[in-house]
Amino acid sequence: MRTLSYAQAIREAHAQALARDPRVFVIGQGLWSPWYAGSSLDGLDREFGRERIVDSPVSENAVTGLAVGAALAGMRPIVFHPRMDFMLLAADPIVNQAANWSYLFGGMISVPLVIRAVINRGGEQGSQHSQALHAMFMHVPGLKVVMPATPYDAKGLLVAAIEDPNPVLYIDDRWLYAQTGDVPEQAYSIPIGSAAVRRQGRDITLIGVSTMAANNLKAAAALEREGIQAEVIDLRSLKPWDRETVCASVRKTGRAVVSDPGWRTAGAASAIAAEIYDGEFHALYAPIERVTLPDAPAPSSRVEELAYYPGEREIVEAALRAMGASRSVSMRARSARSAA
Amino acid sequence: MNIDIRSSCLPPEDATAWLLERWSMMLLIRRAEEAIAAMVETAEALCPCHLSIGQEAVAAGVCAALTNSDTIWGGHRSHGHYLAKGGSLEMLFAEVLGRISGCSGGRGRSMHLASREMGILGTVPIVAGTVPLAAGAAFAARMRGGTDIAVAFFGDGAFEEGHVHESLNLAALYRLPVVFVCENNLYSSHLHWSERRVADRLDRAGEVHGVPGRRVDGNDAEAVYSAAAEGVARARRGEGPTLLECRTFRWRGHVGASWDADVGVERRGELAEWLKLDPIARTAGRLIALGVHDLEGREHAIMTRVGEALERARADELPGPDRVLQHVWAEAACGR
Ligand SMILES: Cc1ncc(C[n+]2csc(CCOP(=O)(O)OP(=O)(O)O)c2C)c(N)n1
Ligand SMILES: [Mg+2]
Repeated sequence: MRTLSYAQAIREAHAQALARDPRVFVIGQGLWSPWYAGSSLDGLDREFGRERIVDSPVSENAVTGLAVGAALAGMRPIVFHPRMDFMLLAADPIVNQAANWSYLFGGMISVPLVIRAVINRGGEQGSQHSQALHAMFMHVPGLKVVMPATPYDAKGLLVAAIEDPNPVLYIDDRWLYAQTGDVPEQAYSIPIGSAAVRRQGRDITLIGVSTMAANNLKAAAALEREGIQAEVIDLRSLKPWDRETVCASVRKTGRAVVSDPGWRTAGAASAIAAEIYDGEFHALYAPIERVTLPDAPAPSSRVEELAYYPGEREIVEAALRAMGASRSVSMRARSARSAA
Repeated sequence: MNIDIRSSCLPPEDATAWLLERWSMMLLIRRAEEAIAAMVETAEALCPCHLSIGQEAVAAGVCAALTNSDTIWGGHRSHGHYLAKGGSLEMLFAEVLGRISGCSGGRGRSMHLASREMGILGTVPIVAGTVPLAAGAAFAARMRGGTDIAVAFFGDGAFEEGHVHESLNLAALYRLPVVFVCENNLYSSHLHWSERRVADRLDRAGEVHGVPGRRVDGNDAEAVYSAAAEGVARARRGEGPTLLECRTFRWRGHVGASWDADVGVERRGELAEWLKLDPIARTAGRLIALGVHDLEGREHAIMTRVGEALERARADELPGPDRVLQHVWAEAACGR
């Protein structure tokens, strides 16, 4: 199999969809710039023409509304928001319009739309250029929300999002763009709502999405050195999410850490933990741990960013708490990630 | 109400002194931003920095018509607005360098500047985000009575956001004391205006709402001032909003220090033409014609001031990791 980066995998999914289906077009800011979208849309305008790869004015609301309208009228648009923060200006077409349409019109008219939003954080950019708002959209009935963590999923979930008859919010994170992995050349789709078990283990289940799914694998390796066998589940989709796979694992391990690149209160990890409690309360040996951002906007200095963004260390600590707190001291001492 | 004399008299009484002051302000902005550019290049300043080099006459010209209690509102490219409205140079450097002593406590960095005392209640990089806020400040000023006004600085790209047009209508409807200042530098990041619209008449964008508009040479501090002073006077008289389209050009890339080129995108070669319209050189030319001959000495003094402010800012303290949760909520009301 070939190796591609996460960004290249996104690009390939676009290119194949554009080549296969004349109804597919991409619209949003930065599509003619190599900078806005990383290499995830590199040269698509040259390959498919600027009629179908449309770099738009700074008009998130109207451009997203236009994409909703085009989807209703038979096209398969991908509307691109180079930062999720800017997508908030398009809350109406996404939340009021696209999400409700099928329900409002008795399932007779659908909105086959991909809304792609990029999380682009860190780098001392501050709180208006850092937000991971997936939970806000996960809250809304009628939307599907996916957050791939690997190149393979980045491609497969984008293909699935394009094929889906519903509005799908596809969220990718710039921190993942350089990750490489095996990606088949032909188009394939990953069912939306299916999680992936990345690693088998009997002691504890580490559940995560996006960057936190990637961190879970590193945490599992660290836990292994402590003699703990962690099972690692990458949710891949947040709405719908794969309750069956998660619950089966928790029934086996009796312990769970849910890691989420977003905020804590009313966040994705909180929603998932609540559902696990509902279904598997009697299987649990310990409270479910959540690893999230603190309930604060993103800071804008290097030191504060290090303290703000959780990673492998926080997952390991949470897992050790769930296993029984006594072992956390030794781990903290040899932690790789230090905020100092 | 104490109205700054300059805003109500046109042309300025002492033209030479006035011009010298504007020239000094533009030069201060230029040299400060060049210092920031140098720190971007050496990675001493890591936060995204958007420079207004080449556009200084807009900030310097408009703010000459304002008093301390007027408010200004800006965006991602607002170092110049901040300085021209009276923001502290040292606190700007400290902010860009993330020092606790910065004008936003080191929380905002280059894209988020504030100075309550000087009527700068926040510049933020969500494009057009502060345009309705400026209307809100004007609404507050009108309710409180008095003659304070608000100025919204925004780019030509910002005009593509619907709420800029909504704000124009609100401002006209409520006769708000606000001046909308669009700095049309022809580009929105990598895109030329012609790739984003078919009509090059942003000055008319307020007409259907009843907001009079004017197109101004944005590289001429005097022209900007007199147009702004008219709009400001109109606002102070309670006659409602004005829109100014200031035509200008940024010399550097959209973000960062590079000349002209955007990240990976070359522009269309207009820079050479615009360099000839350097607003600072033009004002200097007028000063020389008026018989002012010690510009070099004055420039030297500005350079020294910039260098010293930067050294002081560098010596200031950086935040520690323990304050991440501070200021999520305010402890007490601390607006104006
Ligand atoms: C709501 C929103 N959309 C997109 C962006 C990305 N962005 C930052 S600056 C910019 C260009 C703005 O152009 P203009 O208003 O002309 O200001 P200039 O950069 O030319 O000063 C864009 C699109 C943003 N910051 N906020
Ligand atoms: Mg512009």
